[in-house]
Amino acid sequence: MSARHLAEAVRSGARSARSVLDEHLDAIAAREPEIHAFNVVLADEARVAADEVDRRVAAGEDPGPLAGVPVAVKDNMCTRGIPTTCSSRILEGWIPPYDATVVERLAAAGAVMVGKTNLDEFAMGSSTENSAFGATRNPLDTTKVPGGSSGGSAAAVAAGFVPLSLGSDTGGSIRQPAALCGVVGVKPTYGAVSRYGLVAFASSLDQIGPFARTVSDAALLLEVVNGHDPLDSTSIPETPADLTSVLDRGVEGMRIGIIEELSGDVLEGIAGDVRARLGEAAAALEAAGATVETTSVPSTVYGLSAYYVIAPAEASSNLARYDGVRFGLRVDAPTSGDMHTATRTVGFGDEVKRRIMLGTYALSAGYYDAYYGKSQKVRTLIVDDFARAYGRYDLLLSPTSPTTAFDLGEKTADPMTMYLTDVCTIPSNLAGHPSMSVPFGVGDDGMPVGVQVLAPAMGEPAMFRAAAVLEAAAPPGAAS
Amino acid sequence: MTERITRQDVAHVADLAQLSLTDDELDAFTIQLADILDHAADLDALDLADLQPTAHPLPLVNVFRADVVGPTSDRDEVLAAAPAVEDAQFKVPPVLGEGP
Amino acid sequence: MSGTAPEIVPGWETVIGLEVHAELATVTKMFSGAPNRFGGEPNTNIDPVSLGLPGTLPVLNGRAVELAIRVGLALNCTVQRSVFARKNYFYPDMPKDFQISQFDLPINGEGWLELADGRRIGIERAHLEEDTGKSTHVGGGGRIHEAGHSLVDYNRAGVPLIEIVGRPDLRGAEDARAYVSELRSILVAIGASDGKMEEGSMRVDCNVSVRPVGQEELGTRCEVKNINSLRSLGRAIEYEARRQVDLLTAGERIEQQTRHWNEDEGRTHKLRSKEEAFDYRYFPEPDLMPVEPSEEWIAEIRADLPPLPRERRHRLAEAAGMETSAAALTVDRGLDDLAMATIDLGADAGRVLVHLENNLADGVGLLTAGSFTDLIALETGGDLTATQAKTVLASLVAEGGDPAAIASAKGFESMDSGELEAIVDRLISEHPDDWAALTAGDDKERKKKSGFFVGEVMKATRGRADGRAVNELLARRSAG
Repeated sequence: MSARHLAEAVRSGARSARSVLDEHLDAIAAREPEIHAFNVVLADEARVAADEVDRRVAAGEDPGPLAGVPVAVKDNMCTRGIPTTCSSRILEGWIPPYDATVVERLAAAGAVMVGKTNLDEFAMGSSTENSAFGATRNPLDTTKVPGGSSGGSAAAVAAGFVPLSLGSDTGGSIRQPAALCGVVGVKPTYGAVSRYGLVAFASSLDQIGPFARTVSDAALLLEVVNGHDPLDSTSIPETPADLTSVLDRGVEGMRIGIIEELSGDVLEGIAGDVRARLGEAAAALEAAGATVETTSVPSTVYGLSAYYVIAPAEASSNLARYDGVRFGLRVDAPTSGDMHTATRTVGFGDEVKRRIMLGTYALSAGYYDAYYGKSQKVRTLIVDDFARAYGRYDLLLSPTSPTTAFDLGEKTADPMTMYLTDVCTIPSNLAGHPSMSVPFGVGDDGMPVGVQVLAPAMGEPAMFRAAAVLEAAAPPGAAS
Repeated sequence: MTERITRQDVAHVADLAQLSLTDDELDAFTIQLADILDHAADLDALDLADLQPTAHPLPLVNVFRADVVGPTSDRDEVLAAAPAVEDAQFKVPPVLGEGP
Repeated sequence: MSGTAPEIVPGWETVIGLEVHAELATVTKMFSGAPNRFGGEPNTNIDPVSLGLPGTLPVLNGRAVELAIRVGLALNCTVQRSVFARKNYFYPDMPKDFQISQFDLPINGEGWLELADGRRIGIERAHLEEDTGKSTHVGGGGRIHEAGHSLVDYNRAGVPLIEIVGRPDLRGAEDARAYVSELRSILVAIGASDGKMEEGSMRVDCNVSVRPVGQEELGTRCEVKNINSLRSLGRAIEYEARRQVDLLTAGERIEQQTRHWNEDEGRTHKLRSKEEAFDYRYFPEPDLMPVEPSEEWIAEIRADLPPLPRERRHRLAEAAGMETSAAALTVDRGLDDLAMATIDLGADAGRVLVHLENNLADGVGLLTAGSFTDLIALETGGDLTATQAKTVLASLVAEGGDPAAIASAKGFESMDSGELEAIVDRLISEHPDDWAALTAGDDKERKKKSGFFVGEVMKATRGRADGRAVNELLARRSAG
């Protein structure tokens, strides 16, 4: 049942929030041990919240657009009184004294938070294998990764544990796991959703967004969490456009460009089955009345290189505060400096250390211009190229991930191969543009393929319209 | 190809980032970081001379808040999260040297 | 323009540039609503943002920006588009382990400050940044390099600071003190800061170098930190200049260093060399947007500025027909409005300033420009002696009223010279030994004994005698 239907049923009194919750808790109990989507399941707290929703319905009140809908939240969003770990040992035991803005908005909309989901430590990774608390597995094939870094949130939706979840996307961390798990995942325009309370990875790239099984549900959740927040200076002040009301408007007359560089022979490693599904998706959009053609956005191929300088640089600074002084882990040592070092050395995993060092290097005296400065200029190049492309097209199209879900352990030995899985998703983060992954059939291995719809800043309405068309035209997905 | 990053560079960077690495880790990280920086060398082919850097995707300016007191934290709650506390302050091992 | 500054070591010139940090007089912190308040129980003026908790974001206090612009305008700086940057270094009293500051794009560029003697001292920049918390060393004899531990209080963390970086235009300790006093007067006058050095709301770091008199090229400088009063500033400069000259005359070189002033020991010691300097890895703060003050806003702030000490000195000096330096003390005490009004009413400007500087240090009470003018008229007209005028002035301050009436009530009538001569001659005959000492002694002795006779005359006349007339009479008698 979709989140929209569940909320309607609860608001109308046709179903109790408690019964909806229990059904989902049962699903979690059945499969969570093999999937490990959650760092913590909040069954007791969720029951209290569900009962409160039911009480309000009984009292004739409207608990909100997500009344009684179970949701999962990536464990890098702060929850007052509930541990927030970022799947890192360094935050083990930390209990935030405040709620992230998105968490407040979920509660205000009547949603019932059932747990905090697993992620690559501090959202650094593309497989959720970099979690200090163990990997999450792909519900469609537990020998495969769910993607990452929001693998827990993607898996929770794919496994039917929750109809909706929130992830965060810095270089593809919502869209790539959505593609690999066969669900819808949206990275909104930078600034559309407040980052207040999202533990920062790379501040100029991070954005929170929804996972859902349907495009309509993704729109519903996005509409709940988006909108201006005075606690985030990078929050867009304008009122966000309505999405629900435009979902069925189709793509008649739209101009859509397939990004040549990310879809064909320019980049190595875009799998044949993925390219085939992309072609079928383009045909479906054309059949629905859009003009679709291949177009060049040349600088997108440089996104990966720029990203792996900019994101680590910001991260190296954002992650300095984990020093054992105010919260979280401390490993004692005779001086404060030694204590910081001991704490950070024990508390951070290898991927986090790698990126902190990479970013520190890129900002350090003598290297700033060669790495950070240059990458910022490449960012300008990408922004400019997109601007040119959006002068001709309403939307752009590409694969979300170069391949379907890969095996657990397949890419952990070589960081660079892991990084390459984000090649198609990174450009939107650098430009601050929205993009989303929509499931579109399966690959040769029977695992889901995602198609990425890209839009210019604030272009969510057109993006969702195209996503709805693709969803309707999609071949059967993977059987779970 | 010239060495993108040396073992010494990595040791220096680890020191700046307050991380301590074993010899084996130092070897492995040097190879991995060099690999990543090698990949980033594709940017060397670009002519970027006329481009301004983009620090941020949003075009906003002058985002201010009013100078009005908001809620303060509950001190006990905050201190309860700290690894060590004394006299309502955060207790740390002695600090060597002086801040900038 | 003044002549050459006094040489601390003969033949050597001391060159000084100051960096002054002043806490801005806002109600709340720079990036959150926690109170900006001095003192208070440790860790009470804090919130998640000022503690740098994971997930928190800074939002800029508009009032801090306005005050920074006021400072810039008062220092004749170019107010410009500015960008915040992160200055990265680990330190327990810095919650995020980076400081939000401004780097290549400060809010105020190039400007100048005019000293009381009319010399202009260059200002390189005046930028915004946040303050740190405070750590106190406990145990181990209170010395940082011995055992024990430190305690951290974050009440001050995030308080807005303006850092005013001066050019190396100062020569000697007196110059440096004059600069800091002037800067403090300006900051207080425009309401930007309370300028209290003793509470740490104004702090001075001092760059000192020496060069042989006549040499153009600047010597290698050392930065001296931990200067907590105007007195320490002078002492630290003198110590540091001597230390550097000693090294150079011994044939050694000056190493560029950061040094710590130890007030108790009266000396500086090395903290670190240039090679050991921090690599701050500055980069643009991605959580804050640039500040672009509009022309209108700047004009509005400029129009709202009160007259600055420099303008007030010029105004008063012009009215009084004197050098600006003669007006300095009166302006410093905030008595220039009264001075101007009194001079406007026709009072003798010289007497006005003498009374304001010497006799009104504790405030002007009920004194008005009118009564002040009348008093000075009586004094310059010969109806009151300087001593009597001073007494009447005290009465005007305490109770107000009409100077002539007060003078007559106190029995102040001018004494004729015959009466005075009779008293002086009587006293000479009553104190023959003292008179002999006066007439035969050296300058010092003569001065001392003159003082004695003046005192006796005042006693005998209950202050009615004019001190000047008594001195003249004594001189005549001793010469006679």
